Amino acid sequence: MTTVAATTIKARQRPGDRIFSSATVIAGSLILAVLAAVAIFLLVESLPAFVADPSAFDGDITNFWSYVGPLVFGTVYSAILALIMAVPVAIGIALFISHFAPRKLAQGLGYLIDLLAAVPSVVFGLWGITVLAPLLQPFYTTLVDWFGWFLPFAGPVSGTGRTILTVSVVLAVMILPIITAICREIFLQTPLLHEEAALALGATRWEMIRMAVLPFGLPGIISASMLGLGRALGETMAVAMVLSPSPNVFFQLLTSQNSNTIAANIALNFPEAHGVGVNILLATGLMLFVVTLLVNMLARIVINSRKAFSGAN
Amino acid sequence: MSSVIEAAPLTNSLTAGKLPRRSSLWVLLASWAVSAAVFAMLYLSGTVDGFNLVGTVVFGTVLYCVALYVLSRLVEGSRKAMDRLVTALVTAAFIIALLPLVSIIYTTVVNGLPAFLTPTFFTESQRNVVGGGGGVLHAVIGTLLVTGVATLISVPIGLLTAIYLVEYGRGRLARAITFFVDVMTGIPSIVAGLFAFALFALLFNDPGIRFGFGGSIALTVLMIPVVVRSSEEMLKLVPNELREAAFALGVPKWLTILKVVLPTSIAGIVTGVMLSIARVIGETAPLLIIAGFTSSMNYDLFSERMMTLPVFVYTQYANQGADAQSYVDRAWAGALTLIVIVMLLNGLARLIAYWFSPKLGR
Repeated sequence: MTTVAATTIKARQRPGDRIFSSATVIAGSLILAVLAAVAIFLLVESLPAFVADPSAFDGDITNFWSYVGPLVFGTVYSAILALIMAVPVAIGIALFISHFAPRKLAQGLGYLIDLLAAVPSVVFGLWGITVLAPLLQPFYTTLVDWFGWFLPFAGPVSGTGRTILTVSVVLAVMILPIITAICREIFLQTPLLHEEAALALGATRWEMIRMAVLPFGLPGIISASMLGLGRALGETMAVAMVLSPSPNVFFQLLTSQNSNTIAANIALNFPEAHGVGVNILLATGLMLFVVTLLVNMLARIVINSRKAFSGAN
Repeated sequence: MSSVIEAAPLTNSLTAGKLPRRSSLWVLLASWAVSAAVFAMLYLSGTVDGFNLVGTVVFGTVLYCVALYVLSRLVEGSRKAMDRLVTALVTAAFIIALLPLVSIIYTTVVNGLPAFLTPTFFTESQRNVVGGGGGVLHAVIGTLLVTGVATLISVPIGLLTAIYLVEYGRGRLARAITFFVDVMTGIPSIVAGLFAFALFALLFNDPGIRFGFGGSIALTVLMIPVVVRSSEEMLKLVPNELREAAFALGVPKWLTILKVVLPTSIAGIVTGVMLSIARVIGETAPLLIIAGFTSSMNYDLFSERMMTLPVFVYTQYANQGADAQSYVDRAWAGALTLIVIVMLLNGLARLIAYWFSPKLGR
């Protein structure tokens, strides 16, 4: 046909170029390989757990699925409670930083919230058990006294405050920074003309936010919440230290019997585990990995689809 | 009182009256006073034992929101009232988020300082220590070794990947890497620890394996995505004109990247690396799984258990021996050490970004 292809100029490939570019490709592919390796090695090591002998489990549990069931319930229950508490507050903080705080202070206030993300989880655990739990306990007593007829608040109240609600409060604090950071970014991307148009039409600041900022940021809020959910599902040490666990499903929030979470169960039992017990814990870890991977992938797909038509980049 | 109610029929919000300046502050103080009075009466009447300060502030703030809304609605109309209510709620949300931060730092300093200031705290390990005394030297050494090796592995990989994504990457592979790096930032830390354990347990055929290098691998899995993301952002900030000028002078692409792009963005990259170190240095769960815990010094990453600071804090709290208080004190002192390290890394990273970042003409 034509000779267009022959006339394009190609840069001369030097050995340095070849080596450097292949090094970057290898590094990039290595990351994909690591992610695959995480899945494969966990799967291989957890295979024995699925066919484990009933005697490998404690108590009257006979197979892996009835062992992991309450743990999955505890994980999801505490994470969703944390999300319910964290999302409204995070949206509030993000709005405060992006639209209410004085311009000059805004970035500094953002750093302040980011510092919360820098606190190690084991410190959150220590704080939860020594400060937060005793602080909330009288409040729990009141809740049980007044609203005990409502199943989640049914008694008997925990004397130590080390309940799944306390855990959720700690988790909510821990996932605040990530939700806030993403919401803030999204809110700042709202087209300035939309905001100014709303204000020019006589809207108050809240009406402007409701009509211009929130509709624009809704997909961002949803995916930020899902990223927060992923964090809350996988958080280990704070739960392991604060919760007083029992091996069953409990809907009550305020008693001293609570369903444990997968991650905390692993951290508590791994150091003493042996034989097939190790495989069982690895298998619960695999469950956690799959769940968080799905949640994160879904969140990223939503964020990425937003990027395409936001016009901000 | 009646004059205010008579003013209410003014429904046009443009001409409606305004609350006096600082009225929201006075409403806030009044609400807290009322709430304190209610709780004080509950306390004095013997219904509850002890004055409930938290309850006072919480119910006082709720009362403030309601009172301000009602007041503003009567004087200024419903739209303005809603605006005031939201402003109050949003500010409250910010303050609610600051409370745990302040409380955590305060309790850690107060509880940790006594043991932190013990002369032996940074010069001794916990070997043969029962009850009080001893120190965290073994944990500090372990943390430095494990985190240092994790940094040595993840920085080259992360940086090269970021260079690939910004300078070379087109098409499906680049999109897949970007997507899965984002997904990897959400991997729970304990899963990274389990992965390192499963990997080395299979490789060395040792079902009870514990050693420091495994901890480094686990931290690497957590650290790489953070390094990639932050380096990628920084490389993207380098103006294209610089690259084009270098190409026009006949500089090969790889030298352009090494001599032009990287030096321009190095401050931001260093900041990102330090923030990623700050993120993984406090990780407890993966190190508990694969590095284990011990009370002795261990300088060898490749054999035997190795103590690290976060695991030290956890084990001191979880396995309290005789004289429990000194274990708790050491846990808090370890937590204080961790917080100081993390805050220093964060502050230094921000300062480097502030000092050395290229001043863009804006």
